[in-house]
Amino acid sequence: MKKLLILGAGTAGTMMANRLRKKLSTAEWSIDIVDQYAKHYYQPGFLFMPFGIYSEKDVIKPKCKFIPRGVRYVEAKIDRIDAEHNRVFFDSGGHIDYDVLIIATGVKTAPDQTEGMLGNDWRNRVFDFYTFEGASRLHDALREWNGGKLVVHISEMPIKCPVAPLEFAFLTDWWLTEQRLRDKTEITYVTPLSGAFTKPIAAKVLGHLLEEKRIKVVTDFNIGRVDNEQHKIVSWDEKEVGYDLLVTVPTNIGDAAIERSGLGDELNFVPTNRHTLQSKQHENIFVIGDATDLPSSKAGSVAHFQSEVLAKNIFHYIKDEALESQFDGHANCFIESGYRKAFLLDFNYDVQPVLGKYPLPIVGPFSLLRETRLNHFGKLAFKWIYWNMLLKGAPMPGVGHRMSRLGKQIPLEALQPA
Amino acid sequence: MTQKQLNGVTIDVNDEGYMTNHAQWNRDVAAALAKEEGVELTEGHWKVLDFIDKDFAEKGVVPGMRRMNKVGGIPTKDLYSLFPDGPIKKAAKIAGYPKPVSCV
Repeated sequence: MKKLLILGAGTAGTMMANRLRKKLSTAEWSIDIVDQYAKHYYQPGFLFMPFGIYSEKDVIKPKCKFIPRGVRYVEAKIDRIDAEHNRVFFDSGGHIDYDVLIIATGVKTAPDQTEGMLGNDWRNRVFDFYTFEGASRLHDALREWNGGKLVVHISEMPIKCPVAPLEFAFLTDWWLTEQRLRDKTEITYVTPLSGAFTKPIAAKVLGHLLEEKRIKVVTDFNIGRVDNEQHKIVSWDEKEVGYDLLVTVPTNIGDAAIERSGLGDELNFVPTNRHTLQSKQHENIFVIGDATDLPSSKAGSVAHFQSEVLAKNIFHYIKDEALESQFDGHANCFIESGYRKAFLLDFNYDVQPVLGKYPLPIVGPFSLLRETRLNHFGKLAFKWIYWNMLLKGAPMPGVGHRMSRLGKQIPLEALQPA
Repeated sequence: MTQKQLNGVTIDVNDEGYMTNHAQWNRDVAAALAKEEGVELTEGHWKVLDFIDKDFAEKGVVPGMRRMNKVGGIPTKDLYSLFPDGPIKKAAKIAGYPKPVSCV
């Protein structure tokens, strides 16, 4: 009996367990999946929690519920991967050997990477919304808000779901307006990049939104430290932004077990072939989702498209064939813009977000790069799709892993420089 | 996309002046691009530019601050003194690569 081992039972790992168990013979292959936590979080839902749109019941379910029959679920913390000997050691002692390994250990926030972020203001005036705990505490903090300086901040790139901080700023503007606190609140969006929108077409189409919503933007801000005494963030070149409430996206970092295994880069992301999803260092190790070092977005939709490619390539690999399936960097995501409206983006390594219809040309029903109510309902409906279809690896009609150019208006400048 | 003359060489650039065809880049082009940014290239600058060049080939993106520190061995303070006001985007421009972007 050969052994396939999946590390991480989050979005990517769970989808792989489901896809592979359907196809791999139970007589020839065992599948084990390891995770240290019992709860599966619907992470896109964290965005809505501070505003009371979603609560705990929307975003948490037991992990084991989504693991298919025929896959052994092991709740354990990984100490390290010994890639030379095809063995994974657990923190509690013990180990599992593998023939093929899939790393799906994801990414987490690391506020300790910024000087002062975990100081006295942490979870008093400084919050994140990328964790269940952070989003819950921020919900409580907003209930006590009476106005002042509210700063939405990105520490460094890359981050999971790169549009989430923008969405947070838009939803904050809406929520404050409804609470009659908007005129008493100054919202500032602080980014290490050169703008809130960095892709030319999106910038042209969406650039006016921030001004319209009276959100001030500070660009090229690389945080050096959080000053808890004077309640301000300070950049490496001594620029300062004061806050009464700081909603930050801390540095995102891969799992510490990757670092302990010597398999990661400076952010513990695993160097991965951007098309085949095979590890660059070991041919029987594959990497999926946020754990990779790919230039694609760290998002559930990406993990979903990758899972289709990776399932095919695992079959190729075990049959000793060339890894023919190619991931093209395809991602799509909704951008909530408040007032029950949203934008939708669809893009890949080569084509930046453009105008058009999705998933079908002309009829859509979703509009790309346009603010519509239907897009917003699509985002809300996605929660059901996530829990009931996506995690189980069920096919989604009309939504292929390769980005379609049909139905899109693609001017020359929409193609990314090679 | 437009074309631009630099020291008698024609390069393709986008609206913000970032090169769109890296094949047209060479050390003289870099020096000319640097001059436009008010930067006179020294050995210290070249250490940064060479690292970006090597790293882009491997990763397909311009390295961030942390990677410059940890992998390139270039301290953040040095980056700011070499390329003031937005060192990464400035260095990327001179190195002939796109500026760091997000997905939108």
